[in-house]
Amino acid sequence: MASKKTYWKQIEQLNPDNTAVQQLAHDEFASKLPEDFLSDEKALKQSNTSRRDFLKYVGFSTAAASLAACEGPVIKSVPYVVQPEQIIPGVANYYATAIADGFDYASILIKTREGRPIKVENNKDAPVLGGANARVHASVLSLYDIQRLQGPKANGSDISWDDLHLQVGAKLKALGASGKEVALITQTYSSPTTEKIIADFVATYPNVKHVYFDTVAEAEALDAFEAAYGERALADYDFSKAAAIVSVGADFLGDWQGGGFDNGYAKTRIPYKEHEAAKMSQHFQFEANMTLSGAAADYRIPATPSAQKNILAHLYAQLIGITAPGSLSETHQKAVAKAVAALKNAGKKAVVISGIQDVGSQQLILAINRFLKSEVIDVTAPRLIRKENGTALEPVLNSIKEGTLGGVIFAGVNPVYSMPDGEAFAEGIKKLDLSVAFSMKEDETAAACQYIAATPHYLEAWGDYEFKRGHFALAQPTIRPLFDTLQFQDALLQWSGSSVSFYQSIQDHWNAYILAGKSWNKALHDGFFTTSDATVAAYNETDLSSVVQALAVASANGLELTLYTKTGIGDGNQANNPWLQEFPDPITRVSWDNYLTMAAADANALGLKNVNVANGALNGSYAKVTVGDQTLTVPVLIQPGQAKGSVGLALGYGKQKGLQEEMQVGVNAYRFYNKAQAVQQVTVAAAAGYHEFACVQLHNTLMGRDIVKETTLEIFNTKDKDYWNPIPKVSKNHIETPVTSPEVDIWESFDRSVGHHFNLSIDLNACTGCGACVIACHAENNVPVVGKNEIRKSRDMHWLRIDRYYSSESTFEGDDETVDNISGLSDSLTTFGEMEQAAENPQVTFQPVMCQHCNHAPCETVCPVAATSHGRQGQNHMAYNRCVGTRYCANNCPYKVRRFNWFLYNKNDEFDYHMNNDLGRMVLNPDVVVRSRGVMEKCSMCIQKTQKTILDAKRDGRVIKDGEFQTACSSACSNGAMVFGDINDKESQVAALKENERMYHLLESVGTKPNVMYQTKVRNI
Amino acid sequence: MASHYEAPIRKPLVTGDKTYHHVTVDVAAPIEGKANRQWWIVFGIALAALLWGVGCIIYTISTGIGTWGLNKTVGWAWDITNFVWWVGIGHAGTLISAVLLLFRQKWRMAINRSAEAMTIFSVIQAGLFPIIHMGRPWLAYWVLPIPNTFGSLWVNFNSPLLWDVFAISTYLSVSLVFWWTGLLPDFAMIRDRAILPFQKKIYSLLSFGWSGRAKDWQRFEEVSLVLAGLATPLVLSVHTIVSFDFATSVIPGWHTTIFPPYFVAGAIFSGFAMVNTLLIIMRKVSNLENYITVQHIELMNIVIMITGSIVGVAYITELFIAWYSGVEYEQYAFLNRATGPYWWAYWSMMTCNVFSPQFMWFKKLRTSIMFSFIISIVVNIGMWFERFVIIVTSLHRDYLPSSWTMFSPTFVDIGIFIGTIGFFFVLFLLYARTFPVIAQAEVKTILKASGEKYKKLRDAK
Repeated sequence: MASKKTYWKQIEQLNPDNTAVQQLAHDEFASKLPEDFLSDEKALKQSNTSRRDFLKYVGFSTAAASLAACEGPVIKSVPYVVQPEQIIPGVANYYATAIADGFDYASILIKTREGRPIKVENNKDAPVLGGANARVHASVLSLYDIQRLQGPKANGSDISWDDLHLQVGAKLKALGASGKEVALITQTYSSPTTEKIIADFVATYPNVKHVYFDTVAEAEALDAFEAAYGERALADYDFSKAAAIVSVGADFLGDWQGGGFDNGYAKTRIPYKEHEAAKMSQHFQFEANMTLSGAAADYRIPATPSAQKNILAHLYAQLIGITAPGSLSETHQKAVAKAVAALKNAGKKAVVISGIQDVGSQQLILAINRFLKSEVIDVTAPRLIRKENGTALEPVLNSIKEGTLGGVIFAGVNPVYSMPDGEAFAEGIKKLDLSVAFSMKEDETAAACQYIAATPHYLEAWGDYEFKRGHFALAQPTIRPLFDTLQFQDALLQWSGSSVSFYQSIQDHWNAYILAGKSWNKALHDGFFTTSDATVAAYNETDLSSVVQALAVASANGLELTLYTKTGIGDGNQANNPWLQEFPDPITRVSWDNYLTMAAADANALGLKNVNVANGALNGSYAKVTVGDQTLTVPVLIQPGQAKGSVGLALGYGKQKGLQEEMQVGVNAYRFYNKAQAVQQVTVAAAAGYHEFACVQLHNTLMGRDIVKETTLEIFNTKDKDYWNPIPKVSKNHIETPVTSPEVDIWESFDRSVGHHFNLSIDLNACTGCGACVIACHAENNVPVVGKNEIRKSRDMHWLRIDRYYSSESTFEGDDETVDNISGLSDSLTTFGEMEQAAENPQVTFQPVMCQHCNHAPCETVCPVAATSHGRQGQNHMAYNRCVGTRYCANNCPYKVRRFNWFLYNKNDEFDYHMNNDLGRMVLNPDVVVRSRGVMEKCSMCIQKTQKTILDAKRDGRVIKDGEFQTACSSACSNGAMVFGDINDKESQVAALKENERMYHLLESVGTKPNVMYQTKVRNI
Repeated sequence: MASHYEAPIRKPLVTGDKTYHHVTVDVAAPIEGKANRQWWIVFGIALAALLWGVGCIIYTISTGIGTWGLNKTVGWAWDITNFVWWVGIGHAGTLISAVLLLFRQKWRMAINRSAEAMTIFSVIQAGLFPIIHMGRPWLAYWVLPIPNTFGSLWVNFNSPLLWDVFAISTYLSVSLVFWWTGLLPDFAMIRDRAILPFQKKIYSLLSFGWSGRAKDWQRFEEVSLVLAGLATPLVLSVHTIVSFDFATSVIPGWHTTIFPPYFVAGAIFSGFAMVNTLLIIMRKVSNLENYITVQHIELMNIVIMITGSIVGVAYITELFIAWYSGVEYEQYAFLNRATGPYWWAYWSMMTCNVFSPQFMWFKKLRTSIMFSFIISIVVNIGMWFERFVIIVTSLHRDYLPSSWTMFSPTFVDIGIFIGTIGFFFVLFLLYARTFPVIAQAEVKTILKASGEKYKKLRDAK
């Protein structure tokens, strides 16, 4: 029986005519919800609150209040829904890429963790420019710069890329139609594909004129090379083949002609005694500023820029046997004679280089090296990393200044900042119909342009380079672009009407012209590719006698300024990088500043002073420095070794736009960079007041101490080790016993025979003080940046520092003699006082110092809570979580390598550097803990790296090969100065170095038995 | 009481015609009377200094040790200088009450109470610094060997800082017990005189129910002797251990075997000076000139002179050994001390500690109240500089010249030091108004023998 029962709900339902019942049956809801519940204020006020409404309000507000109160800290950790193929959490991926930012060019590897690039490593396989310098190591932090542009802009407001393409394209067409010229001013890309893209772009818009602009130019060297060999390039040098090097004003261990010469140089500086007497190259350096090259030289002869010209002319004349007019000073005369003798002696292994920015001088250099038949110079495969041509560039820049040009496109350059008359140039840009800047930052030039095309960081970008003829490099993105950016090349392709991407263009170009059938994937994997299309160009003989005549009698009135680039900041491209700002200059040890370096005699004559205030910090007088009509007030730093009559000033500082306030330090020396000439005539006058420097090393001399052991090649070859590298002795029962003997050791030693025992060897001969290790250490170990004021209070956090010492006498040997000859109290009083002052032209030595990982560590015994204790593998451990911060360990450390967290350096607005924003914190190495306030920290010998190596080998079930163990510093050192490894592996390089005659431990007499060793410095004098 | 007899040529230790009752009244007077304006003014200043110090400590703990003037090279400066200075000052109390008790030096009776109070108050100041100088003072309890759930973590018994923890805490507790034991009969005396019920209640609590029975006295004497025996080695051990903080290190200028005796002598030196400073004021303010006589001050001056000379010999020995060792770092450390950038600190120390006490060879000077007071202040300034010289000038230029730098204090460093001085005086001023400042029960035992009144009576016979 099928039935359809209807259940009645109320009595009224029985009456089918009841309208209320009908209504209810019809409507789903008994009463309509008010459409503007709570939002209609008027209705709300008028309405009576019913019981139901009241309950609604109560319910809603209670729920809202409790929901609001419930919100706890949200930690956004999003798991992979689909695991990416190549990313394993906790395992690093490495990609080969390359940097070419217009100043630094290098093939490198990038370490990424969970998709984030966190560290730069040297590409040791790359035959050319495979070593990263300090700036390249730091460049990974510039990726996470909060000042970066997050998208394109037009006239100060955001714009979409499509609109930008449309508008710029339209303007380009309009300008083309009206026949107005558009300048394309770019950095030197040295990129074959980019050159092709630019050529295509110029073909599409024939009114576009492309010129190169190098922030720090080498135009004269290019001119000279072009004149001699017909190609606009720079001669390359392989210093590993050199036996005698004479440098006249070329800081080739610094940034001269693109840098990167130091690893070849270091190879010739390590003396090995195998069967015969050890050999090493001999290096003469004539220079005005004290540079890394001067510091490394066997003979460093201060010479003002004009004296350098005289020296070069006389050197040339003496070599080829002609006479040059004019005369040299006695010291210069002697040094030149010695240098000439050394060059002649070295035969084909001799080389002469010069940094004098003068076509004639550079022609002389090429002629000299040709005369010497030097094997060191390479003119067949020259360097292609500088392109600026003054004669082509100047009219373009002038027409912009005058506003006669139609438009301008900048890429990779910031001429408003880096030109002497930047402001006038900016005014000129504003007058143009079209101005586009491809830039990562809203820098001075970008700010003056209508359109800012935001470009990616090089780690987010594709690229191909030919650093040196036949030596190619590939750059690949290591992370998806963080922001809405577009590469310059991609934009040009779009504007040219091409639909292919830059990546595709590179691949096409390489497959067509470069790879010659070889694998693209392999080239991309390696990051470099070498062809052998070196061609021996004919040498165009020119008569240089007039050049010699002119150089030999060159002179200057008053002070000569040499503008240089600092190891940390370089051309200023990365001025917003706190690692680089806080990186102490290897020579002056001053961070966060540029300054006028001046000889003590000149400073005295002008009444300029350097003084130390109560807490030791360094202050320097201000001076008014005038070049032409430009005057800057610059602090003065008295620089031992600065040639009298010369001053130095670093470029790259004084940036005002596109960087945070803390980084806006120093003065913009590009204001003096007239005609891209590094040498300028200046007048210097004392100005009122003192500048506060942030100098990490306040005492410059060695005080005759046995900290850096030195000897000469002759003594090294002829005398016993005990003569030049004696082990300190202590008297036990009136018997002289070496301090390393167990006889005089009251400690029980750890059993080191089983497992690994890590040692680090530092060769003082190979170390040029470049500082790559310092930055690598920062990146690997999350070392905090503390800022200028804290550095000034001697509170730098650097785990690894490179001490720089000057001799008080003209040599360090002289210092030792002075100390040995002290007799009596009053003599020692005066002598030690005098020894605090560096000599006028001192010898210089660098000594990287990090935790020495003492086997008998003074720090370990004094910690009341055992927060620092010894590891099985030789490391001195630091358990941050256990540290209560008594600082006793730091006091008792003879090497003063322990660093205390005086404040909270992360997530603290007082220290507004990369660790204070989410973007900047992306650079942090997840394998190393970020230390908190109140704990001690120090070098761990990169235990996270050694453990990784051990675990990998264990997993693979294999024996660890020598060289697998690395610390951040040892793997960053492209000079081979730092060698790390396991001394229980008797075949390892480090085990051999431990037995090396030159080996010594720092402060051996204290009996700390360090696991870090040094190799005695040998000078070839 | 062997005898009430004392040789007539010995000067009376209690002058004025004092009877037992006089002693009682004189000692109870500051407690029972009202504080005068000077007391309030001094107390106000001390309290203000204390509050300022508390503010500076809060600032330090909330912000970081970076608020001080320390740096990577000089990891300790005013903090540990103040610590050692205050510990040193604390030494006189124990020496006076324990060592002089064992040597039966009756003159200690008038001064031991205040000297011990000074000890306890200054050890409290000293104890503050090792805690607040830590980067993470909230974890200070980690330096105690307490069973914990952190795993197998235990303190490092090799560390002199840990020895300090034991030395200071032992010293504080023994001193406190010794002091309190001596106070019992005197608290009982105050209790018995108290009129207000509240006061009576408090003092009866403080006096632990002292009844004055013969058995009480017998036990009192025994405990005093035992505690004196316990405390005597502490006089030597505490500052010996404090000196180990430096002596066991490897830093030139710290690594010195002479430190233990030198530190102990220095501590007694500064402690006696501080006792002089305090008592010269107190005897005047609290009308105790008859109990703390010029003779007392003279005897203390002699101790100051002797210990000052010992310290002077130690300074010169250090210089000699530095030269004789032939170690260039050691030689330079001492050369730098005397002639380096901190020469002024060294010569302040030398002047205050070595030269100034030599005036005490002259009887006229050592019996001059005003001169003694000035010298006592000078000595304490000198002893502060001694610790500053040892700590800062050794650290600021040690082995590697690259790390050499200077130290300059911030307002926080200074503020905390002033704060501890304020705290010390707050405690001492409260003590002077609430505690029997002279061990009256003990003084009464010598009144018949060494009181002027009774001596005169005997002499008249």
